[in-house]
Amino acid sequence: MANCIVNYGFSAFILFVWMAINIFLFVYFYFFYDLGPQFFYTRHLLGSALPWARAPAAVLNFNCMLILLPVCRNLLSLLRGSFVRCSRTMRKQLDKNLTFHKLVAYTIALMTAVHTIAHLFNLERFNNSRQGLGDELSAALSELADTENTTYLNPVRITNLDPQQIPTYFAFTTIAGLTGVVITLALILIVTSSMEVIRRSYFEVFWYTHHLFIVFFAGLVFHGAGRIVRSQQRTNPPHNTTFCKDRPDDWGRIPECPIPQFAGGFPQTWMYVIGPMVIYLCERLVRFIRYMQRVRYKKIVMRPSKVLELQLIKNGFKMDVGQYVFVNCPAISQLEWHPFTMTSAPEEDFFSVHIRSAGDWTDKLIEIMKKVPEGAEGPKLGVDGPFGTASEDVFDYEVSMLIGAGIGVTPFASILKSIWYKFKDSDPKLRTRKIYFYWLCRETHAFEWFADLLQVLEKEMEERGMGDFLTYKLYLTGWDQSHATHVMVHFDKDTDVVTGLKQKTHYGRPIWDKEFEQVRIENPT
Amino acid sequence: MGKIEWAMWANEQALASGLILLTGGIVGVAGQFRGWQFAAYAVAAGVFVCLLEYPRSKRAKGTSVERTGQYCFTVCVKAFGPLTRNYYVRAFLHAAICVPGGFMLATVLGCVCLGIASLIYLAAAIRGEHWEPILPRKETRKPVAESIKNPPQNPPPRPPPEMRRKQAGDLEKSAYDNPMSVTDDE
Repeated sequence: MANCIVNYGFSAFILFVWMAINIFLFVYFYFFYDLGPQFFYTRHLLGSALPWARAPAAVLNFNCMLILLPVCRNLLSLLRGSFVRCSRTMRKQLDKNLTFHKLVAYTIALMTAVHTIAHLFNLERFNNSRQGLGDELSAALSELADTENTTYLNPVRITNLDPQQIPTYFAFTTIAGLTGVVITLALILIVTSSMEVIRRSYFEVFWYTHHLFIVFFAGLVFHGAGRIVRSQQRTNPPHNTTFCKDRPDDWGRIPECPIPQFAGGFPQTWMYVIGPMVIYLCERLVRFIRYMQRVRYKKIVMRPSKVLELQLIKNGFKMDVGQYVFVNCPAISQLEWHPFTMTSAPEEDFFSVHIRSAGDWTDKLIEIMKKVPEGAEGPKLGVDGPFGTASEDVFDYEVSMLIGAGIGVTPFASILKSIWYKFKDSDPKLRTRKIYFYWLCRETHAFEWFADLLQVLEKEMEERGMGDFLTYKLYLTGWDQSHATHVMVHFDKDTDVVTGLKQKTHYGRPIWDKEFEQVRIENPT
Repeated sequence: MGKIEWAMWANEQALASGLILLTGGIVGVAGQFRGWQFAAYAVAAGVFVCLLEYPRSKRAKGTSVERTGQYCFTVCVKAFGPLTRNYYVRAFLHAAICVPGGFMLATVLGCVCLGIASLIYLAAAIRGEHWEPILPRKETRKPVAESIKNPPQNPPPRPPPEMRRKQAGDLEKSAYDNPMSVTDDE
């Protein structure tokens, strides 16, 4: 339980605060429109559909403000860097940016649904009042038009069309209606192309359709410009609704009841979203500037199993262990940026990425790189980053357990190399004296380069007489009968048949209780 | 963009449109809006579209992920054969279904969304895609090789027992080297 609080407590707190703000906005604006006296006549025409439409609108304003912020990855990197003095827990929240983005997106979708349904009722009721289907008061209110001494309450002015088509006509000819339809459509397309199936298999469809958010925000900003939600204004002499509501025929004829005047509310959405829109614009600008910066090649190496290693140099590039970069190659595609974890240590004078052939873009990149002659520069590249949590905390502890599963082993290349450099240079900041490294994967195919790295480290440590600094255990979970037979036959060999390392490969998943027990025994406090 | 199967996105869009059409229809009927008959139609059309689109197609390349509990729907949809297999049919069907939704505001959004899904299906059909049911794989055991079925009936030919017994008198002739090591500590 205590572990739960330590691991998830702060995230739960942030979500709680966010949810509390949402609920507060919903309830506050619901009652603002449900009880406010200036909306008395409006409510007479619309009933409770008015507050049911305005409350989600407030929640939508808040969430549309939030949605752009978690995807400004350069901003998040900046925050992470400046939080270095602050606790790790706060920095960990920045890693969950995409989860938060999706949560806010679901909220926007839900609130849009509530808002739209409530407005469907509103339009129907406005239409009915205009057609004279309500009581005398409704008819009188709907009659009010925009002339020199009256202002309208009911935005549906038209009567000489088929009454069934009036709401549709209204929706497509008013600013609020048209922008509403367009942005809801954009939202639906964004949501359907963001489903996991589409995202995982056809990322381009997801990415390009997602840019409809530009349409979304443009429409959103102008959605309230028509000011069609009207409230009653103060007149001189004042119009007493309690007295005058039963005498619509006397309006303008008796002093207590001058003709009521109405005006729409000042559109507010732009105030919420302008800040994040500017921030996001800056973010895209930064990405563009980074793209223009020159990236030089130090070395291009083809590794086994179609893995390409690129050693690159960029001015002013500073990385931390375990971070990743986005790489773009205009020769292949102008618009595609692909993330790769860096496999070099910060102590080296270059940064490297290992790229495995796993699709269109990577295949083409490997093909192009194969054709580059020895020592020449490769095609122009754009590199954005570094991003991601630095794993520098690993250097603060005497005993570290590093666990990498599958492709997640890649940051450990960076970490292990960095530990090695710090160790060689006797960096005083390095307190580590023992490392346990667990590598779990289905098969080592495509990770031979990593096995090579482990071999080199193993050799160097033997030479320095520090055989037990690094204990690594490889767990192959994808073994079958032929594997087992192969191992049985070569049981007596000194090095492992699969990796060529001194420490033998294990099969199946590790039994963590035993592992923890063993580590605890070997390292008494 | 070479590997995109447009039908996958068309399917998501059509399923969403079915739900939106259904919701708009329910609102129209429950609120007794003008033209509620169109809303009632939208409820039926929405349910039909959802049922048709719920079972995901098997992908031409790569692993297909089923929706929860889609097997029954797969069987039903498969029963219609070429009508549901062909995406041209689906494109025109969705285009036709969506039209009555345009006559009432509550269902207009469902109509437009379904229209867009119809266009994406048309694109999929032009690229030659078709609907393939995802059926559970039957376990095929590896066919056993023929020779296993007929074990030999007779023992291998051996010289008669007198010759096989070790001739204690003649040590040289009866000694032999083992082809494989039979000791433990090699």
